[in-house]
Amino acid sequence: MSVSAHEPVKSSKGFRIDLKTAGPLVALILLVILGYSLNPLFLGEGNVTNLLTRSAFIGIIAVGATFVITAGGIDLSVGSMAAFIAGVMIIVMNWAVDSMGVSIWTVVLGIGCSLILGVGAGFINGFLTTKGKIEAFIVTLGTMGIYRSLVTYFANGGTLSLNNSAREIYRPVYYDSFLRLPYPVWVFIIVAILGWILMNRTAFGRYCMAIGSNEHVARYSAIKVDRVRTMTFILQGLCVSLATIIYVPRLGSASAATGVLWELEAIAAVIIGGTMLKGGFGRVGGTVIGALILTAIGNILNLTEIISNYLNGAVQGVIIIAAVYLQRGSLRAGRKKAE
Amino acid sequence: MSLKAIALGLMATSVLAGSALAQDEQVKIGVSIPAATHGFMGGLNWHAQEAEKRLEAAHPNIDLIIVTADGPSDQASDLEDLVSVQQIDALVVLPFESEPLTEPVRAVKDAGAFITVVDRGLTDPTIQDVYVSGNNTEMGVNSAEYMMTRLGEGDNIVILRGIPTVLDTERFDAFMSTIEGSGINVLDDEFANWNRDDGFEVMQDFLSRFPDIDGVWAQDDDITLGVVEAIRQAGREDEMFVVGGAGMKEIVKGVMEGDELVPVDVLYPPAQIATAMDVTVAHFTSNGPVRGEYILGSPLITQENAEQFYFPDSPF
Repeated sequence: MSVSAHEPVKSSKGFRIDLKTAGPLVALILLVILGYSLNPLFLGEGNVTNLLTRSAFIGIIAVGATFVITAGGIDLSVGSMAAFIAGVMIIVMNWAVDSMGVSIWTVVLGIGCSLILGVGAGFINGFLTTKGKIEAFIVTLGTMGIYRSLVTYFANGGTLSLNNSAREIYRPVYYDSFLRLPYPVWVFIIVAILGWILMNRTAFGRYCMAIGSNEHVARYSAIKVDRVRTMTFILQGLCVSLATIIYVPRLGSASAATGVLWELEAIAAVIIGGTMLKGGFGRVGGTVIGALILTAIGNILNLTEIISNYLNGAVQGVIIIAAVYLQRGSLRAGRKKAE
Repeated sequence: MSLKAIALGLMATSVLAGSALAQDEQVKIGVSIPAATHGFMGGLNWHAQEAEKRLEAAHPNIDLIIVTADGPSDQASDLEDLVSVQQIDALVVLPFESEPLTEPVRAVKDAGAFITVVDRGLTDPTIQDVYVSGNNTEMGVNSAEYMMTRLGEGDNIVILRGIPTVLDTERFDAFMSTIEGSGINVLDDEFANWNRDDGFEVMQDFLSRFPDIDGVWAQDDDITLGVVEAIRQAGREDEMFVVGGAGMKEIVKGVMEGDELVPVDVLYPPAQIATAMDVTVAHFTSNGPVRGEYILGSPLITQENAEQFYFPDSPF
């Protein structure tokens, strides 16, 4: 079983597109053609930039989720974690402004705070899952509730807003661009490339797949299962932290409504991209395409008046299922070819 | 108008009845509201707590018990607890959803409690003794009328709606029928789920789709915050204005300071829970009847009157 799962990885030397990536890619291309035919503005420069920037949040989180899911885990806490980190960042930065005045260091402090919280939160999830021997589903269901109510508590049920002068300094992180691509897109690209290398070119990636396909075999093969698992959760926390760092300057606020359902979007992006929900096989490149597909659907629905507003959710559901079906179809075709 | 009447009535009754009450026995009033999971409900929770402090200080024999619920079934359990454990004499309830909570509230009524329903009505209005609510229709009408003072024949607007519910439909329908015949052109409407992030994204898409937008009806202040950022990002602040709704303190403050992008707001008061609690307490302290419907106005908040709608300590 695990041999067949590893085969395509071995055969894909370099960046050659194999059959499994074709499914989600075909879905994305079809979606782009659909979007363009409904409204040519879909491929306008402004819209493409918006779309890429928007998909950066879910995309970065989903790259982390790819590792967790590949290693046979799941993290339901990412949306609440993002809201919680955003809330604490804002509180800390506001405090820094009050006590030390505004400077670039205010933002650096906020970013440092986010990284520590992300890694710490990831470690807690990983530690409870591996050493505490509690199902990842239950651990992260628990932390999801904890982070969500903490941010509600900090905000007193309302909205935490970043001090205006600190915002002016922080704002460019979301709104400015380099070579015509906004910074969030660059962060997304870098995270995706590093994630791809980590998954496909390092022992860590191979361990994740081995643990996900058969934990016992992996343990007998002298893989430090608990450590690798914990690392996947820490990686996920780090990704959430990076996503939050580029999220906060967008609206400069956090509330109980921040990041709601991001966990489901991230998991959907991972699955659309061809990673198996039961673990053992992960595709970072596919996840990136999955995130783009999800964002493109919402964008296209906003660009057209054809479909009733009430049916947006239904259209999204149909396209998600169709994308995964296309990928299953090509999986089967790939298997036949191999035989 | 009716708000003023209530305030006057309350002042009179508390003066008249204050002394007569001292020997009366304890009155327990349960207040069941949704938890503070988004801005408006956060504000509502704050106003409920403020009213509790104020009323309990004014009336030593009144005991208010606030409970918050995360969902309709959670709220139904809260109601059972209020009756069986606390043995309340009156209930102030903002039902999560109308249909599933109608029977649980009826059970409280059957246990002998005085019932005040807030905002979202029950499917059987005969259960309630008092009904207090904001005015969704008036909110839509007032927003539309303001639009018509600024825009006319051939001007374009876009609309960001809330979540698909009856409440949203009431606002939207009232708005649309008011601007009918004014020549204002509604380019499109989309749901932004009473959420800043969605407001930002939907507005970004409207901006890339429509080169000529003169006005935005965001219907809600959380959405407005996202809309404003999207317009700033596109650098099109000078082309349009935004009308939000509810009375979020940040927005009201902006109106007060003469913000040109968001020049007005339309009230949908989170403080209505305080009104409902006042009326319910008045039932036990007043010598006049309080039964009936209290529909609070949704006035236009402008630079001139913004100060009276500004609560700097509220989280919303």
